[in-house]
Amino acid sequence: MGKKIMFYPGCTLKGVAKNLEDSTVESARVLGYDFIELPGWTCCGAVYGLAQDSVKFTIANVRNLIKAQNYGKEIDDNRLIAVCSMCYNNLKRAHIDVMKNRDKLKTLDLFMDEEADYEGNINVLHYLQFLKNDVGFDKIKSAVKKPLKGLKVAPYYGCLLLRPDEVAIDDREDPHILEDLLKVLGAEVVDYPLKNECCGSYHTVDKKEIVGERTYKLVSVAKEMGADVIATSCPLCFFNLDKRQEIAKNKHNDFEHMPIVYFTQLMAIAFGLTSQDVLHFDKHYISPEEVLKKWL
Amino acid sequence: MAMKRIGVFICHCGRNIAGTVDVKRVAEEIGKREDVAFSTTYIFMCSQPGQKLIEDSIKKYNLDGVVVANCSPTLHERTMRNAAARAGLNPYRVEIANIREWAAWPHEDNPEAATRKAIRIINATIEKLKANASLEPIEVPVTRRALVIGGGVAGMQAALDLADSGIETILVEKESSIGGNMFRLSETFPTLDCPQCILTPKMNDVGGHPNIKLYTYSEVEDVEGFMGNFKVKIKKKATFVDWDKCTGCGECLRVCPVHVDSEFDLGMAKRTSIYIANEQAVPLKALIDENSCIRLQFEKKVREGKIKPKKNVKICSKCADVCEPKAIHFQNNEEIVEENVGAIIVATGYEVVPAEAFPELGGKYPDVITALQFERLLAPSGPTAGVPRRPSDGKIPDSIAFLHCVGSRDPQNGVPYCSRICCMYTIKQAMLVKHARPDIAVYDFYIDIRSNGKGYEEFYHRAKEEYGVNFIRGKVSKVYKVGDKYRVQGVDTLTGRIIEVDVDMVVLATAAKGSSTVKELAKKLRIPYDEWGWLKETHLKLKPLETPVGGVFIAGAAQFIKDITDSVSQGSGAAAKAMALLAKPELEKEPLLAKVDQEICAGCGRCKDQCAYDAISIDPVRHVAVVNEALCEGCGACSANCPTTAIQVVNFKKGQIIRAVDILAEVF
Repeated sequence: MGKKIMFYPGCTLKGVAKNLEDSTVESARVLGYDFIELPGWTCCGAVYGLAQDSVKFTIANVRNLIKAQNYGKEIDDNRLIAVCSMCYNNLKRAHIDVMKNRDKLKTLDLFMDEEADYEGNINVLHYLQFLKNDVGFDKIKSAVKKPLKGLKVAPYYGCLLLRPDEVAIDDREDPHILEDLLKVLGAEVVDYPLKNECCGSYHTVDKKEIVGERTYKLVSVAKEMGADVIATSCPLCFFNLDKRQEIAKNKHNDFEHMPIVYFTQLMAIAFGLTSQDVLHFDKHYISPEEVLKKWL
Repeated sequence: MAMKRIGVFICHCGRNIAGTVDVKRVAEEIGKREDVAFSTTYIFMCSQPGQKLIEDSIKKYNLDGVVVANCSPTLHERTMRNAAARAGLNPYRVEIANIREWAAWPHEDNPEAATRKAIRIINATIEKLKANASLEPIEVPVTRRALVIGGGVAGMQAALDLADSGIETILVEKESSIGGNMFRLSETFPTLDCPQCILTPKMNDVGGHPNIKLYTYSEVEDVEGFMGNFKVKIKKKATFVDWDKCTGCGECLRVCPVHVDSEFDLGMAKRTSIYIANEQAVPLKALIDENSCIRLQFEKKVREGKIKPKKNVKICSKCADVCEPKAIHFQNNEEIVEENVGAIIVATGYEVVPAEAFPELGGKYPDVITALQFERLLAPSGPTAGVPRRPSDGKIPDSIAFLHCVGSRDPQNGVPYCSRICCMYTIKQAMLVKHARPDIAVYDFYIDIRSNGKGYEEFYHRAKEEYGVNFIRGKVSKVYKVGDKYRVQGVDTLTGRIIEVDVDMVVLATAAKGSSTVKELAKKLRIPYDEWGWLKETHLKLKPLETPVGGVFIAGAAQFIKDITDSVSQGSGAAAKAMALLAKPELEKEPLLAKVDQEICAGCGRCKDQCAYDAISIDPVRHVAVVNEALCEGCGACSANCPTTAIQVVNFKKGQIIRAVDILAEVF
């Protein structure tokens, strides 16, 4: 048994992003950590966290933080890891928000009278931060069994890992945490200037063409830079860049497909975890199998 | 002797005070006091009839003290004191009760409260005034010499004006030549003069002026003293060359084997380890850069015991070998000199933020450079003889993009302000590129064009109409390398479209900031500066050249980024300010200073520790505090820390303050 760490999966990881969940949990296991799903976790609020009346929409996250507070005491560890960029963003922002605005926290604590008050000491971390600061890249390097030598990866952050400033896991204009990890895995990182550009987000629901255009741009430039795959941590970015290639291809004759992967899948592969029970390539619109077959 | 016949003059300030405060009622209430002989109101006390009213009343009622209830004392205290003095009343028997900023303005919505507060403020002021002593100004002698710090165009202008008026002037410049940033420029907007032509006469005038003592490659180490009497220590940095012997022939430059980035060319060209700032340097003298010279580095390592010299090994001395006048001695000739001056002008100029600070705009690539670096590439005497070439491969670009507002007007990524000169120099650069090579495509991304100077707007139109520069209104979000090209991704806000162009070179108009060494200097001079390194003037509108420290003036871009025209004007302006100060044989100083009651003082030294002006010393024989009146600014920090109230500021004594506070703090 590895060291127990609280893990917040979020809704997407339980469905379409099963590939993200399993590759995260299994890669952590290789590193000696037992990611325990936070008991009784609820929705992070997704985009509603951005609404103006933030009290209402902070409830879900603070409730999650309280649950982490309770369970954290049991396992004597206050770290709560999220890997979905949006979950991380919402949980972390809620934490910072109520710590800054104590009145709001009081209102929420009164409203949630069935729960304990939130004491404010849950350390919300994105998996990348945990890997860099708590695990250490040296340890990850020693766990690599099949270095991804020769695989050209474009690192893609999207917006939620970098904005707003107070939750950013790295410099918002010139981040490199993902690059650093990919290099440790043995991959060749291409200079991907659009790594912090918008993927089109929820326009994917009502204005698919906009997202199709974004995908065309983001994938084409990655190709221009010589990338074989784009690596991301966000299920929404993943879906947009992967599935919307269909629209991009229909609209642009010169468009060439490129597989999209989660960085955790690359980690799992480098650690030698190549089972489809971990990687779930069936969840991809553009299969990465061909590009990655050398390591599978 | 407490005053018994006080006059109180309440100002309406038009409607500013009278619109809220019931001035008539205030005058009546105050008039009831036994110690008030006369109280009245008037529409503008600061007007000439208002002042006359005060003068006449002093005589008519034989007043022994005056309170004027009006605006902040920073505005009209002097006016009222002068009026009293004209009527024969000691000016320090006049006090201002600020009922505008303290009562009328903050309580506009509650006239009753404002009126009561005004009465209270006046009562408190009367209590303070009653114990005021009559004082005479203090006279301090003046050293009739000036120091100018910074040898750019503003500093040179100031030094020349002072020297021409017969004042001996010391000019200190940290680089080895004067000329500043202006001398780096290709041509100047909007006249397209070349600084190498128009600035060299000024540089030579400075270099040869009998009244100017020039210290280049020098820095101000320490400043002591006060207005009229400063003692300045200047560090002449080590040049390893005897400048009395050096003829500036440049033979040594030809044989030196070490090449490093040139400071003058901002990395756009190399210089040798022994170097002369540029071909037209004033003074035209060679110096050795200790950090790159093979010999000096070797000697340093031997000194530090890091290496042991082998016998019979000849260490490079090529420069000294060819030096005919035998000026190169490799000896550390750093030296501290002391100068006494009466006034100081700070003209330390500006710097631009380096391109590397903007990786998202391509600052990490060699062909994405700052506009100041690009000036060197456009300068006819520069490393590429005025033809723009890419730093990476020396190729003449087919296309260039200019980006305005890089880090300016952008509180998140840079500075909140407009850097003011970028629009014009970018237009000029675009024009010069087109002039040199009309086939180069030029894209100019701007937010707004700010061309607010004489001839500037016309200049902008010339760039558009005569030279065919493509102006695109919109910001650039990213610059990245694709193959051999740089892709500029931005938005055209006039068409509302995302725009992308692939170019060979990108020039960033990066934000301007105060000189990086100015903060250290400002601390030595005790003058304030802001977070961006700009020196703070006393009043932005009315005292732009003054600082809160008497006798210290600022000029040029040290105060805030400005163009050559404004810098030269400010240089002359600051020189005039310094002349006005130095023209008098003696200076008058406000006598509102700290005074020690030597009977009570225990000589504990707490006041000395608190004094920001080094004005207090402890007499070693009598063991009491002594105040240097010339240095004391009357701030009162000493008095607040004195355990026995032995040290107090004249006319701000403890009893006066406490009586005033008692009235102000009284519960209704």
